[in-house]
Amino acid sequence: MKYLCLVYSDEKLLHSLPDSPRDPECQAYADRISAGGGMIAAEALESVRTATTLRVRNGEVAITDGPFAETKEQLAGFYLIDVEDLDEALRVAAGIPAARVGSVEVRPVRELETE
Amino acid sequence: MAGSTPGEVRATLEALYRNEARRIFATLVRLLRDFDLAEEALQEAFRAAVEQWPRQGIPDKPRAWLVSAGRFKAIDRVRRDQRRKQLQAEDVAPVAVAQPDEALDDVIEDDQLRLIFTCCHPALTTEARVALTLREVCGLTTEEIARAFLTPTATLAQRIVRAKAKIRKAGIPYRVPSAEELPERLDAVLQVIYLVYNEGYAASAGASLLRWELAGEAIRLGRLLVELLPQAEALGLLALMLLHESRRAARTDRNGDLVLLEDQDRSLWDREQIVEGLVLVERALRSSWFGPYTLQAAIAAVHAEASDAAETDWEQIVGLYDVLQRISPSPVVELNRAVAIAMRDGPAAGLARVEAILARGELEHYHLAHAARADLYRRLGRGNEARAAYEQALALTRQDAERRFLERRLAELSA
Repeated sequence: MKYLCLVYSDEKLLHSLPDSPRDPECQAYADRISAGGGMIAAEALESVRTATTLRVRNGEVAITDGPFAETKEQLAGFYLIDVEDLDEALRVAAGIPAARVGSVEVRPVRELETE
Repeated sequence: MAGSTPGEVRATLEALYRNEARRIFATLVRLLRDFDLAEEALQEAFRAAVEQWPRQGIPDKPRAWLVSAGRFKAIDRVRRDQRRKQLQAEDVAPVAVAQPDEALDDVIEDDQLRLIFTCCHPALTTEARVALTLREVCGLTTEEIARAFLTPTATLAQRIVRAKAKIRKAGIPYRVPSAEELPERLDAVLQVIYLVYNEGYAASAGASLLRWELAGEAIRLGRLLVELLPQAEALGLLALMLLHESRRAARTDRNGDLVLLEDQDRSLWDREQIVEGLVLVERALRSSWFGPYTLQAAIAAVHAEASDAAETDWEQIVGLYDVLQRISPSPVVELNRAVAIAMRDGPAAGLARVEAILARGELEHYHLAHAARADLYRRLGRGNEARAAYEQALALTRQDAERRFLERRLAELSA
């Protein structure tokens, strides 16, 4: 099954806490999952200040500056993984360095129905 | 095979349904990978047996027969549904049917463990784990669970539907956890069983007969777990429940009013449950992996072995609370330890500790902390302080029997 592990953190603190991960550690962890064959994609994201939100209502495109929701924690990055089941996904999520200072939401990927 | 009378068939099927239905269900979940499909398959398998066994005779391996029949009916149903959806013939396999190895008893026992661990998975809310375990492992109906937990049936039904959907969509596995995960995952199972037990033992609000039956259900679950996975803490939890349960008849008087441990008529204690509990505690303590459940059971065992409150080995109880506080620290454990010290060294020694715990604020809203303080003041003859503390406890309790007990104590103080 495919899971998207969404890394949330207060982005003002993500890189400034004593336990904050450094980029090389994150890269090393992503490399390790890739080597195990469970990785599809992983990226860190730019600050939420660079986000743009788009909605289409009644055929009209509305674009607003900023993230979908203003919250204390922002989406800081993601891992798209392909593993056997939720237990394995949770094991991968627990190893994500940023889980130490933020939180990781694990979401199963829904297969689109093609019929 | 042949020559079974209708009466024999009916008796056999009734016994199989009572004792084996949830085991067969657990295997069907593994084979069919879907709770709802497995439940339907279970019912259809028994329906098929009712029709066929009077003619064909009771099969040599009735359980394996029912598993095969259920699996066959389910696959048939899925094929029919898929045909209805007009899918291509080559797409018709995805029911993910595992190999039918249902004749192996150890596989079937593992299926029960798989079912327990899946229903108690930490990715489900605690409420969902409790409801799902009672529904799927114990086979209680949704209505029975709803009544026992004083929850509207619709709410409970929805909780179960959502939990099953989460298992399916999030890919919660149907598997006994690996050795490395086992301690944490076993804790989650034990927590569910103990929650069910406590709901039946000391209903937090109101009272009803069904809630008593929850205690029995929890003990049955505890026995099943010990049978399948005899780990120290599983033994400890079963012992703890049995030792508490042994006092049920003595815990309340004829009016349903609470009787404190020190005032209970110990001849009413259930000796059989006590003996079983004591044996289990000793088995658990011999393992080096025992934990908080075993220690609490050991404390209950010391009470069970004493002929009355004065004869109780309080020194040993304080010692056990010391260990418990070290491995699983909590203000409630500390409070119980303070009360044990009061029994060993006198109320003044206990009171100082209880006051210190309450001053920290964590137990400010815990009625039993105020009740303990009130009792120590009462024993010291300090009526005004006792009365004030009983009133605080009374304002915080939600349970009828406890309320009546506190009111009685207040009336005695005023007399």
